[in-house]
Amino acid sequence: MVTGGLTKFAKAHPAMDFRLMVKRAYDYALKGVPGLTADRIDGTRISYFSDHFARQLKAASMVQDYLGMNPKGSVRIEWGGATGGECFQAAYEAVASGRMDVCLAAGFETMSRVATWKGNEFIALASDTNFDFPLGGFYTGYYALMVVRHIYEYLRKGKYAEVKDEREAQRLAIAEGSRIMSKVSVKNHRNALHNPYAQYPKRLTVEDVLRSEMISYPLTRGQICTMSDGAAVAVLCTEERAKEFTDRPVRVSGVGCGTDTMRLADRPFGRVPLLPHERAKDYEDLEYPGVHSFRAGRAAGLEAYRMAGITRPTAELDFIELHDAYASSEIQTYEDLGLCRYGEGYDFVEQGDPFLKGIDYGFSTPRAGTMPVNPSGGLIACGHPVGATGLMQGVFAFWQLQGTIGKHFGDPTLQLDHPRRGAIHSHAGTGSSVTVSILERGFR
Amino acid sequence: MSARPPTMTRFRDVQTELEKSGAAIFRDSDGVESLIVRYPYAISYIHSYAEDTPFFLGLAEGRLRGSKCRRPKCKFVFATPRSHCMVCGAPTEWIDLPTHGRVHSWTTCHFGSEAFLKETPYNLALVEFDGAGSLLLVRLKDCAESDLFIGMRVEARFEPNPKYSVTDVWFVPSG
Repeated sequence: MVTGGLTKFAKAHPAMDFRLMVKRAYDYALKGVPGLTADRIDGTRISYFSDHFARQLKAASMVQDYLGMNPKGSVRIEWGGATGGECFQAAYEAVASGRMDVCLAAGFETMSRVATWKGNEFIALASDTNFDFPLGGFYTGYYALMVVRHIYEYLRKGKYAEVKDEREAQRLAIAEGSRIMSKVSVKNHRNALHNPYAQYPKRLTVEDVLRSEMISYPLTRGQICTMSDGAAVAVLCTEERAKEFTDRPVRVSGVGCGTDTMRLADRPFGRVPLLPHERAKDYEDLEYPGVHSFRAGRAAGLEAYRMAGITRPTAELDFIELHDAYASSEIQTYEDLGLCRYGEGYDFVEQGDPFLKGIDYGFSTPRAGTMPVNPSGGLIACGHPVGATGLMQGVFAFWQLQGTIGKHFGDPTLQLDHPRRGAIHSHAGTGSSVTVSILERGFR
Repeated sequence: MSARPPTMTRFRDVQTELEKSGAAIFRDSDGVESLIVRYPYAISYIHSYAEDTPFFLGLAEGRLRGSKCRRPKCKFVFATPRSHCMVCGAPTEWIDLPTHGRVHSWTTCHFGSEAFLKETPYNLALVEFDGAGSLLLVRLKDCAESDLFIGMRVEARFEPNPKYSVTDVWFVPSG
């Protein structure tokens, strides 16, 4: 990767349609690399999630011609919530296969074009329309079903195992899980105060998050990402071209993709596919993935780690930008990606590992800086214009590895100290598809 | 009639104006003006339940049907039916599921998609059945958020005037 760019993510960008948003992000990306001109780009991969939001079929073709890319090759990428992450990997594949030397990955979404609850309906159409959607088709509801079970597996059967009364034990566990989830939300909103691209930078307390409106028990508004308008682009090329364009390239050293059943009801109850640092005896009593964990995230992580030669993720990754559409799914994803064992996600937050050093979150984070997760603010604070989101993560990770966060954000607070390797993680449909890509500093 | 629709500086006012008159101008903080119009879209699909048909016809008869793999060595039972086995790929046969089950997980939705907002709050539950290897997503009625817990025993109720939708079955706490 040699450059990237994005628009600010916002509730609405009424003065820009999707073509102009992508153009702005694209111009920003190219401005930073004088040798990289439009004629050097061999083709594109363009992503957006929903034709319902766009109400313009073949919208990717309109981006292609607005950017002046005709008659070069292009493909539209769609993979639910993981659309942007998949687009990043499609561009990687175009280059890795030898088909292109230089490929532009561009993504966008314009979700402001319908009211919020209609937008939720469009998103819910990405659940089975025979068996799931007619029951109340609502993604927050599906993720709530998952976290209620996650809390049961790991807090009810863990910290609250001794409580005799079943209902009482489950209520206590949910209250504890909700409190810890809220810390994730505080973290991501707080980090975003230093990210000018973020939609909802905010200084919040755990109480603020818990007291915000109940959307689907136990998930509150403060634990959920919002709908956004936005665009993001990344330019990927061969190593040879990369050296020509910049002295600070970033190498894509691993890509992984996993899937799971569309319906939560069909998820199996089997064994955990183990990462190198895990043992089968860690999970003897665990039926996996059930509805508590994302097997697709584990599969994507396994593939990407293997390709990049990573055997101990927390020791070998300096940060992760992951798909926190819900505070709950950020915690579930820690476990899928092996940042801690299954069942240790809540404690991972309590110990402070995913927090940044030097930022005051309003509570104690003893191990802050150990494994920064979503230093940018993630989806919860940056927004989630679906087709752009996975590419946004790519751009933030790229700037982190280049050491140019300060330059692009106008504020160096979120710049990590010489990160060498990071991961981006993009996730769709209650975990029906997930991508993980590993990015590394490609210069000394 | 004015040649220019009304100008708004707050985006949320635009939607109200569109409902009223169908057009508005939004002026942003940089003074850039965008003409915004109402753009409706409605369509009825010709939707076949195809191989899932026996499940939906079963609900109309007050029967809850799953499916079971025909391969003797597999025999996997799906509580949400599918006509081919996800485990081994063999065809399945239709079976009657028990009408009693247990809550595997649950939530209460206080908001929902536009189509379901008027029904809020409603409970969703994934139900597990004895003898089945997968779950069924249902609405859980006649109980409040504070009554619900994992492991709760529940039983099926059927819509007497079928709508030929998965909502023709719902569950209630077992008496």
